[in-house]
Amino acid sequence: MTRTRTPVVAGWFAGEGEDFRLLGTRCSACASVYFPRQDGACRNPGCAGGDLVEVPLSRRGRIWSYTDARYRPPEPYVSDRELPWEPYTLIAVELAAERLVVLGQGVPGVSVADLEIGMEVEVVPGLLGEDGDEASGTAWTTWHWRPTGVTA
Amino acid sequence: MTGDVAVLGAGMHPWGKWGRSFVEYGTAAARAALADAGIGWRDVQSVVGADTVRGGYPGYVAGATFAKALGWQGARVTSVYAACASGAQAIATARAQILAGLADVVLVVGADAAPKGFFRPAGGDRPDDPDWLRFRVLGATNPTYFGLYARRRMAVHGDTLEDFAQVKVKNAACGALNPHARYRTAVSAEEVAASAVVADPLRLLDICATSDGGASLVLSSMEFARRHGATDPVRIRAVSTVTPTYPNTVLDLPDIATDSAAGVEPDGASFRSSIARAAYEEAGIGPEELSLAEVYDLSTALELQWYEDLGLCAEGAAAKLLREGATAPGGRIPVNVSGGLASFGEAVPAQAIAQVCELTWQLRGTAGARQVTGARVGITANQGLFGHGSSVVAVR
Repeated sequence: MTRTRTPVVAGWFAGEGEDFRLLGTRCSACASVYFPRQDGACRNPGCAGGDLVEVPLSRRGRIWSYTDARYRPPEPYVSDRELPWEPYTLIAVELAAERLVVLGQGVPGVSVADLEIGMEVEVVPGLLGEDGDEASGTAWTTWHWRPTGVTA
Repeated sequence: MTGDVAVLGAGMHPWGKWGRSFVEYGTAAARAALADAGIGWRDVQSVVGADTVRGGYPGYVAGATFAKALGWQGARVTSVYAACASGAQAIATARAQILAGLADVVLVVGADAAPKGFFRPAGGDRPDDPDWLRFRVLGATNPTYFGLYARRRMAVHGDTLEDFAQVKVKNAACGALNPHARYRTAVSAEEVAASAVVADPLRLLDICATSDGGASLVLSSMEFARRHGATDPVRIRAVSTVTPTYPNTVLDLPDIATDSAAGVEPDGASFRSSIARAAYEEAGIGPEELSLAEVYDLSTALELQWYEDLGLCAEGAAAKLLREGATAPGGRIPVNVSGGLASFGEAVPAQAIAQVCELTWQLRGTAGARQVTGARVGITANQGLFGHGSSVVAVR
């Protein structure tokens, strides 16, 4: 018996292991890429408007900047207040092909001391938190950024 | 200049953590501004309130809430929300009404009663709201973004932690001279360095607090000012409320990602610099004519960013400008002589109005111990969540 694995937001990422990808949408007319996905109309004011097609984003990018959360964020971030706060890193990653920057948490165990601007990272599946008990609870899944040199 | 409006009065409620309603702070600031203008409340033809989300419905309808608290007298009323740019939009609304001939005298009020610690989104499950999403999915607080910008500046421009600390030292020294400021003690670089890291590389004393506070202005037509006996009032010459242009390629609050530049080449100007550019163009002045600037020092590193975005120096040269003392009192272009948010803390709908209060006192020459000698032209700059520009140019 395990918790049901549910994406923290539907439609933003998919796949397992090496096939895990962030999902965006691309305008078929102007090639703009959107993350989080844009499903209405293209937001480029100079674009006549094309179909927005779901596309997986590049797995790898380079660090634009990074920081960490030394204090517990407020709700709606979910964390167990019974446990001591464990800081995590937040990494903004530049994706060359899509020409955009995506923010995400770094993988657990990586600290700001391990990071540098320009360093290559890759997107990996991650666990944001767990609700309820082992049998009927929910495991909220998310994406994490991991330096490509790290395999843990 | 036909586009000018007069600043007849300016007033504040002292900032701090007072634990009372935002209505009390706003009405106290309004009464102070009316007294400063020498105007009776019944003479005000229009009230513009800058909204706060923390007061429930009264906060969302701040204009009417302040009007009721001051005593219903039939004035035209407007309430505006633009996050941290709410105060600038309230000023812009009042100015537009005056220039359109809809009102001669307008009262602008903003006030807030902020929570302790991090700002957080309004309650409920709202996955369509980017502000809710960044907290739920990433736990990305405002200092997260300040930390990202600070680290980026260190890597790209060579700014140091000592540079950031010096911004706090400068602003705290100014705040110590300001009776409206919440924090009124000098701070040393050692104290900044010894404070706890909040969002690497920024420490507690690099980041502004959340505060209660209120600020208010009485604005009028130039004709009314003359009739009222104000022959040489401080004048508002420009108000910039621009949005970004697509693609916005700098990661910004509250977004999880930037726009993509794959479809359109960026035009080169960042959003923050476009806010200032619009203000300069409307005012017909350039950065070299400024006597002082009040900028949004949400973090020490962000104040340095504004030096460049306001054109006070070239890109990457902000730390050098700071080290030279150019932005300190007595320097070429003093920045945040009020003490800035470093000394006030954030009271969201009040702060863009408070910046203009400081310009007003400085341009009148009544700023006391923190007076910038011979001040003639001042600019404010800030930025509201969700793409709200905010900059005001005032002259004398």
